[in-house]
Amino acid sequence: MSDAAASAPLLEVRGLRKSFFGVTVLHDVDFAMRAGEALGLVGENGSGKSTSMNILGGVHRPDAGTMLLEGRAYAPQTPKDASRAGVAFIHQELNLFPNLSVEENLFVDAFPRRGVFPFIAPLFIDRRAIRRATEAVLREVDLAIKPSTPVAKLSQGERQLVEIAKALSRQAKLIIFDEPTTSLTRPEVERLFSIIARLKRRGIGIIYISHTLEDVLRVCETVTVLRDGHHAGTAPAETLSLQKIISLMVGRSIDQIFPARGKPPGAKPALEVEGLTQRGVAENISFSIREGEIVGLAGLMGSGRSELARMIFGLDPFARGEIRVSGVPLTNPTPASAMEAGLAFLTEDRRGEGLLMDFSVAENTVLASLRSLAGTLGFIDTRKVNEVSRETARAMRLSTDRVEDTSAKHLSGGNQQKVVIGKWLRRQPKVFILDEPTRGIDVGAKQEVYRIVNALTERGSAVLLISSEIEELIGLSDRILAISKGEITGEFARKPFDREAIMAAATRLAGHESFSAKAAPERVSA
Amino acid sequence: MKLGSRALLLILQNAPALLFILLLIVFGLMSDRFFAFNNFRNIVIQAAPIAILAIGMTFVLLTAQIDLSVGASMYLTASVAALYMADLPWPVSLLAVIVMAGAVGAVNGLIVTRLGIASFIVTLATLFILRGIAMWLSNTRTLMFPDAITSLNRASFLGVPSAIAGFLVVFALAWAILNQTPFGRQVYAVGGDPESARKAGLPVGRIVFWCFVVSGVCAGLGGFVSVTQIGAVGPSYGQQVEFSAIAAAVLGGVSLFGGRGSVVGTVFGAILIKTVQNGLNIINADPYIYPLVTAGIIFLAVAIDGLRTRIVERMERRTIRPLDTGAAAAAE
Repeated sequence: MSDAAASAPLLEVRGLRKSFFGVTVLHDVDFAMRAGEALGLVGENGSGKSTSMNILGGVHRPDAGTMLLEGRAYAPQTPKDASRAGVAFIHQELNLFPNLSVEENLFVDAFPRRGVFPFIAPLFIDRRAIRRATEAVLREVDLAIKPSTPVAKLSQGERQLVEIAKALSRQAKLIIFDEPTTSLTRPEVERLFSIIARLKRRGIGIIYISHTLEDVLRVCETVTVLRDGHHAGTAPAETLSLQKIISLMVGRSIDQIFPARGKPPGAKPALEVEGLTQRGVAENISFSIREGEIVGLAGLMGSGRSELARMIFGLDPFARGEIRVSGVPLTNPTPASAMEAGLAFLTEDRRGEGLLMDFSVAENTVLASLRSLAGTLGFIDTRKVNEVSRETARAMRLSTDRVEDTSAKHLSGGNQQKVVIGKWLRRQPKVFILDEPTRGIDVGAKQEVYRIVNALTERGSAVLLISSEIEELIGLSDRILAISKGEITGEFARKPFDREAIMAAATRLAGHESFSAKAAPERVSA
Repeated sequence: MKLGSRALLLILQNAPALLFILLLIVFGLMSDRFFAFNNFRNIVIQAAPIAILAIGMTFVLLTAQIDLSVGASMYLTASVAALYMADLPWPVSLLAVIVMAGAVGAVNGLIVTRLGIASFIVTLATLFILRGIAMWLSNTRTLMFPDAITSLNRASFLGVPSAIAGFLVVFALAWAILNQTPFGRQVYAVGGDPESARKAGLPVGRIVFWCFVVSGVCAGLGGFVSVTQIGAVGPSYGQQVEFSAIAAAVLGGVSLFGGRGSVVGTVFGAILIKTVQNGLNIINADPYIYPLVTAGIIFLAVAIDGLRTRIVERMERRTIRPLDTGAAAAAE
């Protein structure tokens, strides 16, 4: 490759604009990168990272803006266009078929064929050709497996390497990684990084998206920060510190966002968890939350934080351990018995689990407390339902007052979240577990949610807060627990929190540093 | 627990084979006529129509759909052939039956993929519609077939009885399509994860559509083979055959949830079912317990499938921490 080609930008994005349903999510975003370089793309949830990547990958089309790939106009209409132009997208949820072999996965949408019968168009898959091609790209990613291995038998890290091999087999010039490390073990992460370095040496451009900022700084030459759909800044990685990136991401000081608490936490424990263990998911987890206290759970996606919440609420099983709510043991919890005991759980999947989208706001708000609204014969008293839910809507400062004929899907993300929280507030929970309560909602709505959480604690509820945004944890929590690989790896008391220490604990591979060095145990054969 | 479930999984995966061996032993002990070459040839001849139907069903099941209309399609296409094509040479009737049945499959496939209605509902409706048309055309009379067609049953190609030959051709074609063509592997991809298939740019709708056409064509063919054996069709012809076909496929390891199974297994399942009926016949069992035993086997098949799916799910459950053994070694 000549010097001129190496210094010309591989990808140039100018003035990218996109809105959904009248809400602008990207405002004239620019970025550029050279071949053989990695560009880190960081920003909070909802900052426009995924939208810009979806435009690059041909999933969405921009309202305005131009993209140049190797100096030529690039405007993919479908993911297939993007792949043909040499742009590969490796999603967080890998796009492989476990029931097919590795080689079949690589070629599933375009098998090379060979003729068997003369004068008839080639019908059959050219097995030898795909095997050879697969072996070649597997070598490039250092994956020593047979191309005929079913993907189902591979580990998560191996599957990701197969995805990279797939990109290579398509002559990708640009590979986009979206949160590639969340489900990998640390040795697998190291292997991924060495492969990425090799890809760069081959002149392939990398766009690396991650919430783990240390990794971004390590992998990338340049970092672009997005905030609320705006381009907040671009700088060479060596000139950036974690603090600098975070301040670019957040764009304001923390005190302005997080309202002050009215009342200090009480003394009595509301939730006690002791020795919670489930093989492969959680190891001996113990902690307690006092009345009116907010405890933050800091961990990466896939660290076991959501699983812990699900176990406490009786959604997932656990092998050993004890849960007590206000001192009363909660044995073999089911969601029903957990709710009975005074637990409430705001799931991270608002659309999937928290809200019935086609139901009205009123129906949604009373869903968790239907029994208290039944009349003498057990029928639901509709007038009471509407009254109660309107009351809740006002308390939550919902955007609509017409609770009975607005269906949940017509509300904005922030207002939907208020409905879900409102639904649980009606039960006046003793312990409220919030899993990503502000994901994908704008700053204004976030503040409303924070205000509601504070109001909750003033009434004596204990809160277990799970969030990917460390700023949110630091701003709201009285105490922070770090969780990694299903183990509690650190506890941090009230302010000032040491952000770096928390991040370090949350990314630590607890008790398993020697994991890669450990001699391979005897294989268990069936 | 892990070792235990692995062993259990191994048994469940080979359950049909174990069941088959057990049946052979039981029937062999109860009658000395059972272990005769002629008897086994008869079993395969009797299994041929169901096996052909089940092979078509396998395509549909692999995409996580279902086709309940195959029995009714058999009845209608055979009735049309008996009513209007009695004087034509048999290859014409055969071709007409295949084309008509293929068209039925195409209609099913179009409704399922274009209107997005669940295939269970669509094919349940076509089942009644096709059966209704056939009864209306035939006035519910029993229709006889000419000698030209019934004599095919006694014919053989290169020493192989015609029913077995027909079934072998279908089997070989289906195997080659599913394992050696891009379409076949894409069928598995669509069944394994339709969302990923769509993201990978596969024409999911078109693939599902063609699977219904294959199922239709197989229904026509299977019906024709069975007509050569029976020589007449009446209102009860082809009734509940769809369930035997599904049972054969599931017994052979095809998952009702799509993406898993093979035609080899399906053929094995069909032969297993017919072996049971043949064995019951040979030991002079009460004819009224035939359906009971068949139902028992179908139930067993579905139960095994469910159990196997659950165990596979448990073994593939995502873990956050490295498990102490096995997983760590496998990751390296």
